[in-house]
This record gives sequence, structure tokens and C-alpha cells, in this order.
Amino acid sequence: MTRRHVMEFERPLVELEAKLGELRQLDLTANPELAAEVAALAVEIEALRESTYADLSAWDRVQISRHPDRPKAQDYLAAIFTDVVELHGDRCYGDDEAIVAALATIDGRRVAVLGHRKGKNTRENIARNFGMAHPEGFRKAMRIMRLAEKFGLPLVTLIDTPGAFPGIEAEERGQAWAIAESLALLSGLRVPVVAVGIGEGGSGGALAIGFGDRLIMLENSYYSVISPEACASILHKDAGKAAEVATCLAMTATDLVGLGIVDEIIPEPVGGAHRDPGEVFGAVRGRVSEALKALSGRDPDELVSMRYAKLRAVGVIEEVQG
Amino acid sequence: MSISDWFKAREARRYTAVNGERVAGDVPDGVWNKCSSCKRIVYEGQLVANLRVCPYCGNHFDLTAFERIDLLADPGSFAEFDAGVGSTDPLGFVAAKPYTVSLESARERSGLTEGVVVGRATIGDHPVVLGAMDFRFIGASMGSAVGEKIARSFEVATSERRAVVLCTASGGARMQEGMLSLMQMAKTSAAARRLAEARLPYISVLTNPTMGGVTASFAVLADVVLAEPGALIGFAGPRVIEQTIKQHLPKGFQSSEYLLEHGMVDEVVVRGQLTARVTTLLGYLAGGGEQA
Repeated sequence: MTRRHVMEFERPLVELEAKLGELRQLDLTANPELAAEVAALAVEIEALRESTYADLSAWDRVQISRHPDRPKAQDYLAAIFTDVVELHGDRCYGDDEAIVAALATIDGRRVAVLGHRKGKNTRENIARNFGMAHPEGFRKAMRIMRLAEKFGLPLVTLIDTPGAFPGIEAEERGQAWAIAESLALLSGLRVPVVAVGIGEGGSGGALAIGFGDRLIMLENSYYSVISPEACASILHKDAGKAAEVATCLAMTATDLVGLGIVDEIIPEPVGGAHRDPGEVFGAVRGRVSEALKALSGRDPDELVSMRYAKLRAVGVIEEVQG
Repeated sequence: MSISDWFKAREARRYTAVNGERVAGDVPDGVWNKCSSCKRIVYEGQLVANLRVCPYCGNHFDLTAFERIDLLADPGSFAEFDAGVGSTDPLGFVAAKPYTVSLESARERSGLTEGVVVGRATIGDHPVVLGAMDFRFIGASMGSAVGEKIARSFEVATSERRAVVLCTASGGARMQEGMLSLMQMAKTSAAARRLAEARLPYISVLTNPTMGGVTASFAVLADVVLAEPGALIGFAGPRVIEQTIKQHLPKGFQSSEYLLEHGMVDEVVVRGQLTARVTTLLGYLAGGGEQA
């Protein structure tokens, strides 16, 4: 049996499940009393399972979004797209594996796909820098955006990164410049853009490919201006207060629908997308296809001004007449 | 004499030597500043006369938004707009202290409604929209209101065919407004792009410090990016990088000069030459060229 990654909030449940598993190995025919207790425990566990996953806090969802078995961008590429041709490199410096870029087909529609790419294991994660892109990653993304625009291919993006990489070389090569240019380019791209939050939406590195004409989020993905840990260590000088801060930051899909930033939420199986990836792939394919269909045939000028109006409306201000 | 008085007296003895030319004016005698770079004592009058640049080592002290505007705008030309636009507390954000308290004390301390001041002006007779960020206001971080004022600046300039000149100083996106702040990066970048499509010039002046979501959006999307000497400019903060890579950073990392060397800014301009430089650039970019 492979070892299962246990999230903090589900630990009591998992421990009880393990005990029940052990009890069920015993031969209880000679001991009806114990058998009754086992049956009662099973009922109790069922109730606990329901309550554990019923009312998830923002911090619980952050843990689900980071679950090692959670489907990654490359899983979506394999599962819901066909005729996938991956494209490499920024033509400037290198090929950043933390960003995946491809031409692909979804439900018969040809599109360009961009995603943050995490690994499934340590070796992959090191090669992909845990999904944290360098400037060349964002420049590769921009290359694919321009390609999509040039040939009239709608763009689908899959958001899943802790953030843009904070390192010496990243700064040297203009991390801020690459993100800013990507934002400007994406804001004016003359083809439909559908962005899907599939896991972590960490700050500027997520936003660089993370908005469009539709922004869809999986139920347990998050999108935030700063990681809850970093926010807690700045404001409280204590990263341990991340759980508390996660709620304050309003970073869940539901919070963001409320703020007018996210358009729709795709529900996940109980416990998270990793419990039944097939179901999630089906739902994502359906919603992305619908969004693309709704946006197709739009005049590019209209598309761009609608996208601008959408961005322009984000924010809450007061105006005091001076 | 108490010990603390004795120390004060000693400080006074030690530093009387630099009491050079006094500048007449409304600056009270004896008001001094310690230069954060060379640690010498500089009298306020001297500092004002020298555009708040240390006369000994050339260290550029921070300017408030209005000091910056006075430096750049033709005298009497600046007319502020959207002065009353301010952020609220849409998330009910409380961490260490409530966001509403931070906003209130920033307003009291700075006399500003938000972390950026924007308006119409002329620079060397060129019509511009001029903006300056004020670091005293919650680190001039970008929340809904700063994003809105920057976006409107680009829009006003686009519709009135003005150039845009923005002086940045910011800790980045404002955490207390969560995703509303992050989205201002996309909003301001989109507005900057529309100005560019209208072929109107945009010059940015990056001052100390310009970090995070402000650098990674409108600040570096200018046609010409200038920086003041010695400014800290970057995406990730130096401490975050040190914690991530578990190494000390090289000296001068993320300074204006370092970024010039790496091809990220066009020129490092000392404050005394900034207005002349911006005027010259506007002449080239706002003059219409030959194909106008």
C-alpha cells in the first residue's frame, strides 16, 4: 500500500479509519460484543467524515490545493486535450519547465494552452522548481500568447503555482519586467482567454497567466495576493498564524466570486480533486468548452474592450469630494 | 546632568563641525538629519537646498509625493485630480491591527487620502499627467484606490493626448485588500497598454524602494524607465530571497546601478538632473517625430 499524504485537518479521521481497518482484520465471529462496537465505530467514522469535509476553512483548502496527489497541469493536458504538441523555450534564454506551453484540441476546438507545471515527485519538482517560474517561463508564456493571437487560437490557462521564483537570477533577468509585460500582453490579447485555477494561485506569478475573459476556479483552489504564511510572518511576525490570516485574505473561490473576481466555481469530490480526478477532468472539460463556445466568434475589439471593462471594475473605493 | 542629557550634549559637541552654510528660510535652526548612508549629520536647510540629497555622499533621501511633484512640474502647473479617492476595508481585514486603523493613521500622518497623488501638469511645457507615490502611506502599497488612480491617470492621458510621468515608490501590492490588490496589477497594466496603443509616451522614475506588485506591473511598462541612484528596485524582497536560497545577497543587489548593469533600466539619473532629463525625453517622444 502506498503511503497516503494526510492533511492536518483530516488527521483525526484518518487515524480512526486506520484503527477500523485493523479491527476488521480480526476474526470477530466469536466475539459479538466487539463486533457491535466495530459497527458503531464505522457509523461514527461516517459522521466524522461528513463533518470533516463539510465545512472547510480557507486554510484547509490551501492544504488540499497543495496536496501532492492533486491533478497537475500536465494531467489536465493528458486527460482533457487531444493532439497535444508541447512547445519549448523563450527564444531568449532557455526553457523554463515550471511553465508548460502547448497547442492542443479540446472537444474538437483547437487552442493554445499555458499552465504552471509542478512535479509529481521530488525529482520532477526540482526540474520544475516546484512550479515557480523564472522570467524565461513568463517570456515563454508570452511567446505562446502571441502565437495564439497570430493564428486566432483561443487561449486556455491552468493556474497552479506558489508564486514566481524569488531568487538572485530571477531578479537579474527581470522577474518584475517579465510579469508586467505578460499582464499587459494578456490584457489586450485579441483571442478569447479562459483561465482556470486548478491549485495554488500564488500572487504575481499566478496572475501573469491567470486572468482572462472567464476566470474559473476549482472549489479547493486558492488565489491570493500573498501566501498566508508570508502574510502572517509580515503582519504577526509569526508564520504559525497562517490559518487565521488565510481567512482574512479572502482567497477561496467562494470569497472571490463574492468580490466579483471569479466567474464560476467547479465543485470537487468530497475530500478534494485527488479523490476522483476523473470526475474533475470531466467537469473542467465541460466548463472550459462551454466558456470557449460562448466566447467564440466575438469581434476581437469587442473581446478586448470587454476584458478591459472587467478588469477596470475590480476594486472597492470611496470618493470624498474635496 | 542625567546620563541621557550627557549623551545628548556629547552628540552636539561631536557634530557641530558640519554646521556649514545655513540656508535662510522658514527652517528652524538646529533641525538636522542623519544620512542613512554616510551617517553624517545634515542640516535640514542644507538638505532642502540640495533637493534632499546628502551633500557629503550623494545619498538620495525619500521625497513626499508633493515634494516630488514640486521638483518635476513647471511652477504652478500642477492640478491634482481624484484627491478624494481612497481605499475602504472591503475584507474587514484584521491582523495585528485593523486595516481601518492603519488607513486612518496613514491619513493623519501624511495628510493624504491614499499612497499616490496624481494630476495634470506641464513639464518643460509638455502637457502630462504626473503622479508620485508617497511611501509614508502604508508603504505606498497598491490597493484598490492606488490602482484606480493609476488607471485613471492613463485614461485621462489617453483621452487628452498627454504623456504620463509616474514616480514610483512602493512596498508592492497591499496585503490588507487581498485579491482586490493583486488584480490592480492587471488593471494598471491594461491601462498602460492602452496608452501605448494610442502612441503616447510614458516615462517612469523608479525611486527607493519600488518592489513587488508595483514593479511587476505599471512601473516598468514605461517607454523609458529611469531610476534614482541607490534605489532598491525588484520583485521579491531581499529577505524573502535570502530565506529561499539560504545565502547572503551580493552587495548592491537590486540597486538602480545593478539593474542598469543588467539591462533593466535606461538610465540612473541624479535628482538634480531629473527634471531636465524628463523634459528632454518628452521632447523626443511627445514631439510627434517626422511621421506624425
